[in-house]
Amino acid sequence: MNELRDNSDVGELIQFIVIKIDDEQYGINIKYIDNIVRMQQITRVPKVDDYLKGVINIRGEIVPVMSVRMKMGLAEDEITGKSRIIILKTGEGDLVGIIVDQVNQVLTLDTNNIEKVRYDDKKGSGQAKFVGGVGHYDGGLVSILDLDAVVSEKEVKEKTSNAS
Amino acid sequence: MDVSQYLSVFLDEAKEHLQSLNDNIMTLEQDPENEDCINEIFRSAHSMKGMAGTMGYTRMQNLTHDMEDVFSDVRGGKIKIKSADIDVLLQCLDAIQGYVDNITENQDEGTDEHQNIIKALADIRNGVTGGDGGDAAEAAPAAEAPAAGGASSADGASDYKAIKLDPSVKSTLEEAVSQGKKLYGVTVHIQESCILKAARGFLVFKGLEEIGEIAVSDPSTQDIEDEKFDYSFSLILITDESKEKVEEIVKAVSEVEGCECGEFDLGSAKTTEDKEEAPAAPAAEAAPAPATQAPAPAAASKQAPAPAAGAAGGKKPVGKPVVNRTVRVDIEKLDVLMNLVSELIIAKNSLISAANTSGVSNGNVNEQIEYLESVTTNLHESVMKVRMVPIESVLQKFPRMIRDLNKTLGKKMELTMTGEETEMDRTVVDEIGDPLMHLIRNSADHGIESAEIRAQRGKPEVGQIFLHAFQDGNSVVIEVGDDGNGIDAEAVKNKAIEKGVVTPDQAALLTEKQCVELLFHPGFSTAKQVSEISGRGVGLDVVKSKVESLSGEVTVRTKLGEGSTWVIRLPLTLAIIQALMVIIGEEKYAIPLDSIQSIEDVSPADIKFVENKEVINLRGSVLPLIRLNEVLDTESKRNPDEDMVVVIARKGDQQVGLVIDELMGQQEIVIKPLGKYTNKCKLISGATILGDGEIALILDTNSIF
Repeated sequence: MNELRDNSDVGELIQFIVIKIDDEQYGINIKYIDNIVRMQQITRVPKVDDYLKGVINIRGEIVPVMSVRMKMGLAEDEITGKSRIIILKTGEGDLVGIIVDQVNQVLTLDTNNIEKVRYDDKKGSGQAKFVGGVGHYDGGLVSILDLDAVVSEKEVKEKTSNAS
Repeated sequence: MDVSQYLSVFLDEAKEHLQSLNDNIMTLEQDPENEDCINEIFRSAHSMKGMAGTMGYTRMQNLTHDMEDVFSDVRGGKIKIKSADIDVLLQCLDAIQGYVDNITENQDEGTDEHQNIIKALADIRNGVTGGDGGDAAEAAPAAEAPAAGGASSADGASDYKAIKLDPSVKSTLEEAVSQGKKLYGVTVHIQESCILKAARGFLVFKGLEEIGEIAVSDPSTQDIEDEKFDYSFSLILITDESKEKVEEIVKAVSEVEGCECGEFDLGSAKTTEDKEEAPAAPAAEAAPAPATQAPAPAAASKQAPAPAAGAAGGKKPVGKPVVNRTVRVDIEKLDVLMNLVSELIIAKNSLISAANTSGVSNGNVNEQIEYLESVTTNLHESVMKVRMVPIESVLQKFPRMIRDLNKTLGKKMELTMTGEETEMDRTVVDEIGDPLMHLIRNSADHGIESAEIRAQRGKPEVGQIFLHAFQDGNSVVIEVGDDGNGIDAEAVKNKAIEKGVVTPDQAALLTEKQCVELLFHPGFSTAKQVSEISGRGVGLDVVKSKVESLSGEVTVRTKLGEGSTWVIRLPLTLAIIQALMVIIGEEKYAIPLDSIQSIEDVSPADIKFVENKEVINLRGSVLPLIRLNEVLDTESKRNPDEDMVVVIARKGDQQVGLVIDELMGQQEIVIKPLGKYTNKCKLISGATILGDGEIALILDTNSIF
């Protein structure tokens, strides 16, 4: 998923799905998305990290589902009719689902209009470390979700301190 | 060494290597500097040399060896392949192909040495090229002819004089002679253009049986009916009629080219039989089935292959070709197939639950579902069998290992193995080699005593190590053991205390059995001194974790002074199992049926406490009680005053009671991996998809012990 930060010089058009987590808008590069499904019953798996909500059945495959909110150190998900699970394809070809509050739109961005956030800048805590870049479009700004950070297995330390 | 069982594999691989050699030499012709190509050719030639050597085909081995030498030099940069050399190389391949063809037909490589090609190859190495290549080109096909002749020489026209008589047949014939009947030997030749040979043979038999009795035929009547003969067959007829009458009947059958008929002399037959005894044996090895029945020509042709080739050259080779009945399939394709079968079983389960919930359970639907169920179960079994290979391939290296250990350890021991043909899933077979090797080494090093101690104990000088593999229900059991020292539970206990594995207080409470189990503890070794063979503290714990990763279990039986036996029990299949579905809290879980001993209703009043832990007394044995809802962090929905449902799980000889809320029933489930984020929980070995699409987690009861 590093390509996300690499192909800036070309001026290529990339489609993003814009989702809402908490009050913030995030873009996810469409090529990493396998599927978007409605909220469904998640089978709890005991003795795993809190942010792992469990597993769901996607076309006969067992797919783990994680809460981005909890990973970001936000309050627990409030499941509404707008909640969706976005099924992402990880680098190794595994699927993993993330719960989002809402799916808003599809956005096409020119890579020239995406400003990369350098890795050094991401030392900050909370949501900031999940942002891989910022995209400019007519309507404003959208944070590009750094999927590597989202699906990595690293525990989020500052969970409580940043809960707002 | 009997290598016949490997013949089909050898042929498969030889053909593959030949193909790869052909392709690569062709590429080399276009691009003589292509290093990948040269390396590939070298490897192929090298493998073929090894294979041919193992199978005892020395001529093929020599030829491939010389070819390998050439490419070894090419690789080393000593020589370069020129276009003229390519011809020689291709002839060399043709010659190898000739060997392979001969082997396919009669399991013998033939007699041609292909000296000219060997010389040409040597010339390439010496830098001489050109002219010789052409020579070899002409010589090769010519040289191949006699080889082919040798191959088909056993064909020999069938001859009634060569018919071998069983003692019983002979006594029948003798009796017939004593009754004044005549014996005729008849050899019938059928036209080569004949399409229904068997039918002609049948007509001949039918005609002759009208005038007498056919005592014996060569080939047997059955083989003739199955067309398992060339264009002639022989028989001995007991009749009152004249020789002319017999010939007339045979020739009356259409498409019979001719027949030889003569009085059969029992006396001479006897001597023929005696004489043939000796040559028959070697001939039989070369071409088993047909050659035994026509040994004389076969033996003759060995001494003079060239004329035999002329005589029999035009005919079909006699040996029934070693037909390739195997298909080598990439294991990934089988995985895909297995997954599809899994999907089918899930779909079947969905259908069952759909039929139940929608209430369309009329008799016909149920009948069809039952039929579907039996089909999917059979399909699953068949696919499973395809994936199974004998564990032989793993066991083969052990005799050699024991021989080497004899020397390094200075002990005398012998390895006996049974059940090499036991079949297991390919993936399991690949993994089980190392654990078995550990156990055998362990037996050799720690088990078998030195010669002096064995003598003192009155045991035979040579220590016995054994390995038995067998199938037991839905699992495969492999026992590895020895008649050596056995395990000294006290020594293990002391060692464990010394190593800090257990405290002295804990140790005092351990039963002998539990002491022995300490051996599986990581970082444990009882060897007084670390030896080369075992005793680095890795071994038994590795064995245990490996076996458990294959969903198996390992236990040990031992008697001090008499020996010990390690028992590995592995499931036949890893993908689809029978499971008991249970409800705990509001969640559904699957418990593999294999690990369940029984299900009991237990009254809360029967719970006793030992060291503050809940136990129950089940028919005289006290077993710990584990409330699964606590282990799984969920709330039990059951009234605590009610009787509890307890699943008694076992692991080896240990038992444990698992308290659940409700039973759902037995079901065939497909095990799916949980994926990398959620597999941290040791209690859960996987998940399965239920009929309604819901997911149930599979409990690994072994981890609860």
